[in-house]
Amino acid sequence: MAMKLHEYQAKQVFADAGVPTPSSQLASDVDGVLTAAEEIGYPVAVKAQVQVGGRGKAGGIELVENEEEAREAAESIIGMDLKGYHVGQVLVEEAVDFTDELYVGITMDRGEGKPVAMVSTKGGVNIEEVAEEDPDAIAREHIDPAFGMHPFQARKAVYDAGVDKSVANDVASVLTTLYDLWESRDGSDTEINPLMVTAEDDVIAADAVMNIDEDALFRQPELAEMEEEAASGGDELEQKADEYGFDYVRLEGNVGIIGNGAGLVMTTLDLVDYYGGEPANFLDVGGGAKAARIANALDMVFSDDNVDSVVFNIFGGITRGDEVAKGINEALEQFDEIPKPVVVRLAGTNWEEGMEILNEDLVTVEQTLEDAVERTVAYAEEVNE
Amino acid sequence: MSVLVDDDTRVVVQGITGGEGKFHAEQMMEYGTNVVAGAVPGKGGQEAAGVPVYDTVHEAVEEENADTSVIFVPPAFAGDAIFEALDSDLDLAVAITEGIPTQDMAKVNKRLSETDTRLVGPNCPGLITPGEAKLGILPGNIFSEGKVGLVSRSGTLTYQVVDNLTNRGIGQTTAIGIGGDPIIGTDFVDALELFENDDETEAIVMCGEIGGEDEEEAAAFIDEHVDTPVAGFIAGRTAPPGKRMGHAGAIVSGSGTGTAESKISALNDAGVPVGDTPEEVADHIEEFLA
Repeated sequence: MAMKLHEYQAKQVFADAGVPTPSSQLASDVDGVLTAAEEIGYPVAVKAQVQVGGRGKAGGIELVENEEEAREAAESIIGMDLKGYHVGQVLVEEAVDFTDELYVGITMDRGEGKPVAMVSTKGGVNIEEVAEEDPDAIAREHIDPAFGMHPFQARKAVYDAGVDKSVANDVASVLTTLYDLWESRDGSDTEINPLMVTAEDDVIAADAVMNIDEDALFRQPELAEMEEEAASGGDELEQKADEYGFDYVRLEGNVGIIGNGAGLVMTTLDLVDYYGGEPANFLDVGGGAKAARIANALDMVFSDDNVDSVVFNIFGGITRGDEVAKGINEALEQFDEIPKPVVVRLAGTNWEEGMEILNEDLVTVEQTLEDAVERTVAYAEEVNE
Repeated sequence: MSVLVDDDTRVVVQGITGGEGKFHAEQMMEYGTNVVAGAVPGKGGQEAAGVPVYDTVHEAVEEENADTSVIFVPPAFAGDAIFEALDSDLDLAVAITEGIPTQDMAKVNKRLSETDTRLVGPNCPGLITPGEAKLGILPGNIFSEGKVGLVSRSGTLTYQVVDNLTNRGIGQTTAIGIGGDPIIGTDFVDALELFENDDETEAIVMCGEIGGEDEEEAAAFIDEHVDTPVAGFIAGRTAPPGKRMGHAGAIVSGSGTGTAESKISALNDAGVPVGDTPEEVADHIEEFLA
């Protein structure tokens, strides 16, 4: 899983490494935006700092020419809800006059098990769309992680992409810096889109993407601190899941799902769909969950207003059925009336012990995954009749 | 017959003095696995789970003729532990550890191309030849001896499908959990090739999930090279794009690659029926064996 830095954070990291970036200031209210714009000089871009793609299309980026426009943009963007994310801060940035927009980026090619450097002269648009519609427009150079990117590889990618000779060396140098950051900071993606080319043949990073491998944050303390800031925003339940340390994804439906192991939880979601229901969430309690963790999982799913019924499916390997049963009892015995029907299916390690402990007055028990899901979907339908 | 592991396999457990390492070393031995040594830096000369501990894997190979390693080393050190295993002239290394930094695995992946040692995992439950030996954390009691080879990216989904098979009296030759990370050692194609060349394996179950293109590559390989009948299952049909479903590798990218539809249709085109439910997978296998 990747931790995404905000644009302003990534730009700071890039700028510190020597990548040219436009002058910019962070602001969190209208006065801050006006002061920043005054200092930088109009025209400026006012850019919402949330980690979702397509900010421009969603109204999160405005180019403004004067104070009046700046005020309007600040008022509309700060505090807005952008694809489910609250905008608390904007970046006020010098508007750059450009003649060309390039794309440069480093990512992991999982098929090859190697990093790949990518360069395209079709910057400024969604690069995934370019990759689909015109794959030849992106030059790719695979990198041996044992050696790192050789200088010739950076040059080759830039030449292959057809970047103009007048800026080729500068673009290759930016690409080299991106790879060095990708490697030294445990990036999963480092990307500039667009990398603008000016009439004077300067290159300048008008956007910055830096996603960090979460599994490597233990050796990236500076970036781990940035995560604290970056974590602001996001769905309330998803934040709660973060606190509990669950793998959780909120979905649109009304059937709550709790299980252990990613593949089996995904399968449970698919079965809910197969039996005509709609999954409300993906929640993986992980391996070896103890009673308290199980109780937290139920608490999470209950607190989602969309949920009408819950299926609890545990196939114990290192997770033990008796701990699961204890946790379910613990979570449910605090209620005078169970808020939403819960269907439990226990299998694998210590499932018999679990069945002895489980308070069957509080839940419905099914023996197979298929039966458990079918029953849960039926309960959800009853609620909506 | 079986693949990769049997009762002759001689196992060294890397990280045997840790909680997980010790517990699962004992569980493996209880199942019948021939665990001959542990390897933990600085703990050489001690004993754990009833076997001698060495400072290095090299020593465990020299002194106890270990030919296989099972790795229970914390993620920050697991990349190094895999390199050590690959440097020790073993036949097989099985990395159970979850959460190894991707760049460490990219370097391991490079080294793998230069060595004869096979890697299974990381972030996997391991593998088991029922009635003989298991390497890793799979619960032995749900497996049974038989004729079906099983390969899967997910641990608990493996248990679920095995349960569906065992409940019908259908046993397994070997079950291999290849792991849910973006960069892994043994992949579907490798496992399919092993089962295809195994005389005892008469049918194969392949459990994939969303993300990456391994299932599509496996489908192409089956079309060309596999005569043994294969039944498939793909988890994540209902996963929305851009949301990672638990496993680091289980994500449908914004551009639509890695979808369940793409994998299911690739498998169908290769003549592989894909079950809508684990129960349907067992139906297909029952037909193959009838």
